[in-house]
Amino acid sequence: MKILVPVKRVIDYNVKVRVKADGSGVDLANVKMSMNPFDEIAIEEAVRLKEAGIATEVIAVSCGVAACQETLRTAMAIGADRGILVETDVELQPLAVAKLLKALCDQEQPQIVICGKQAIDDDANQTGQMLAALQGWPQATFASKLVIADGKATVTREIDGGLETLQISLPAVVSTDLRLNEPRYATLPNIMKAKKKPLATVKPADLGVDVAPRLSTLKVAEPAKRSAGIRVADVAELVSKLKNEAKVI
Amino acid sequence: MTILVIAEHDHASLKAATLNTVAAAVKIGGDVHVLVAGANCAAAAQAAAALQGVAKVKVADAAHYASQTAENLTALVLANAAGYSHILAPATTFGKNLLPRVAALLDVAQISEITGVESADTFVRPIYAGNALATVKSADAVKVITVRTTAFDAVDAGNSAEIESIAAAADTGLCTLTNRELTKSERPELGAAKIIVSGGRGLGSGENYHQLLEPLADKLGAALGASRAAVDAGFVPNDYQVGQTGKIVAPQLYIAVGISGAIQHLAGMKESKVIVAINKDPDAPIFQVADYGLVGDLFELVPQLVGAVG
Ligand SMILES: Cc1cc2nc3c(=O)[nH]c(=O)nc-3n(C[C@H](O)[C@H](O)[C@H](O)COP(=O)(O)OP(=O)(O)OC[C@H]3O[C@@H](n4cnc5c(N)ncnc54)[C@H](O)[C@@H]3O)c2cc1C
Ligand SMILES: Nc1ncnc2c1ncn2[C@@H]1O[C@H](COP(=O)(O)O)[C@@H](O)[C@H]1O
Repeated sequence: MKILVPVKRVIDYNVKVRVKADGSGVDLANVKMSMNPFDEIAIEEAVRLKEAGIATEVIAVSCGVAACQETLRTAMAIGADRGILVETDVELQPLAVAKLLKALCDQEQPQIVICGKQAIDDDANQTGQMLAALQGWPQATFASKLVIADGKATVTREIDGGLETLQISLPAVVSTDLRLNEPRYATLPNIMKAKKKPLATVKPADLGVDVAPRLSTLKVAEPAKRSAGIRVADVAELVSKLKNEAKVI
Repeated sequence: MTILVIAEHDHASLKAATLNTVAAAVKIGGDVHVLVAGANCAAAAQAAAALQGVAKVKVADAAHYASQTAENLTALVLANAAGYSHILAPATTFGKNLLPRVAALLDVAQISEITGVESADTFVRPIYAGNALATVKSADAVKVITVRTTAFDAVDAGNSAEIESIAAAADTGLCTLTNRELTKSERPELGAAKIIVSGGRGLGSGENYHQLLEPLADKLGAALGASRAAVDAGFVPNDYQVGQTGKIVAPQLYIAVGISGAIQHLAGMKESKVIVAINKDPDAPIFQVADYGLVGDLFELVPQLVGAVG
């Protein structure tokens, strides 16, 4: 059983994001980029399934600029067997990524796609669900537990009210939530090994996919800043402020 | 222009998020229809028909809508999508799970978690954990949108819109719900609470979390929330998590106890009207957004606060 894991190259989650002065976007020059944290969890889960003898091969896919190769190398250092870069300089929106992934699924025939629930740059939370829809596959989003047996996946999902468990037939798409696992650190020997693993590059046109964006960004602005508050000396002052100034209790 | 709002409900009643989503639809303009798909969901449909601004409620009542799976709901939405200019759902785990599936099969982009409506095709949405606000324009024929509920005031009841029964779509059989464990609580729902008491890693354990924060929440009639670190450490269930990748809240009062204020946490609560932070580290970033900061040991300060608000 093959597992395909889409991994996105995003601004590192520790970086303080700055909006460009001309309002055209966010400043990405000389900013640290990393693998989307949810995708690290996805790779980790896939690699664990391989280690458990359930999966035979883990394929990492990244769509975007040439530098996404680094993200694929990271995925391979965690344990993915090979990488596919869908290279383009076009701004990719989730529907376009889902179509690219669909084309790759048609070629590779994975039984499961494990993706992140959300990319921390666009905060879209769409791609996995879109891919499942385009394939006519079931989906289990926001997974905190994944068990595969007898050609089915049993997935515990984090929902607003608590947890639910779904049983879905394979092939299927699963998207990861934070509690699914704790990704391992890539060790130096594994980073070295990853450099030798196969990495193929294709273009969207090779896959017959039109990736032109559907949404145009008119402007990007900084959110209103909260005005600085005050320090209170003790609990009595706090309660008095909340009662008399803020009037919230 | 007619807008379809997909209701989130538990068959007997509407989830509060549906009321905010209808409000966003009203803001876009045009006729607003609400789709209620459920099993024995007449009461939820009645509640939807009572919402101000709703022109019509469409109800599909069938056993295979009991579990609200995205696969089955998508088939129904698609069968009924013709004629709608916009399809909206709340940006809750329900709407986030469902709507991208609908968008993909309509071959349109989804506009996630809008916080503002500029015009019928242009919307504002936060990106990068709310550190930037993008104004985006859609070129698609149908706009498929999830709505950040905290950005739109709930519509009131007092209406009696027409209720129309529609045929259920076939059961896709793709997905079976085998278990659902909802966190039971007498407290207000996080998303709808006026006051939230939220705890972080600083509490040290689940036991401390409950012993210290529950009396405070009881006194204030507050909901309880948490940082990711507190959830990951098992102090409280996952549905307590506030933040970029958890729940987005905007209560009148948010009290952050033992929470450092990472950007991912701030993303979920910085629209709160008044923020209080209790933290022993005077340099904790939470103080940069707090209206009232109290520096000190939470194990001393929280019990004092419980005594003082009485
Ligand atoms: C992809 C991704 C998504 C994330 N999503 C979220 C999210 O949705 N929500 C979220 O919250 N986080 C999220 N995080 C995690 C976030 O980055 C932080 O790690 C997390 O918010 C920290 O939680 P905390 O403030 O409870 O813990 P810490 O950062 O460890 O802070 C604990 C605080 O408690 C204080 N403290 C300790 N003891 C005491 C005491 N006795 N009295 C008073 N104060 C005390 C300390 O001074 C410290 O400031 C996400 C991270 C990633 C990578
Ligand atoms: N450009 C991309 N390349 C590879 N995977 C992606 C890309 N964009 C999105 N994904 C996958 O889809 C998930 C959800 O992304 P999004 O829908 O953009 O929030 C991510 O966590 C990735 O697993």
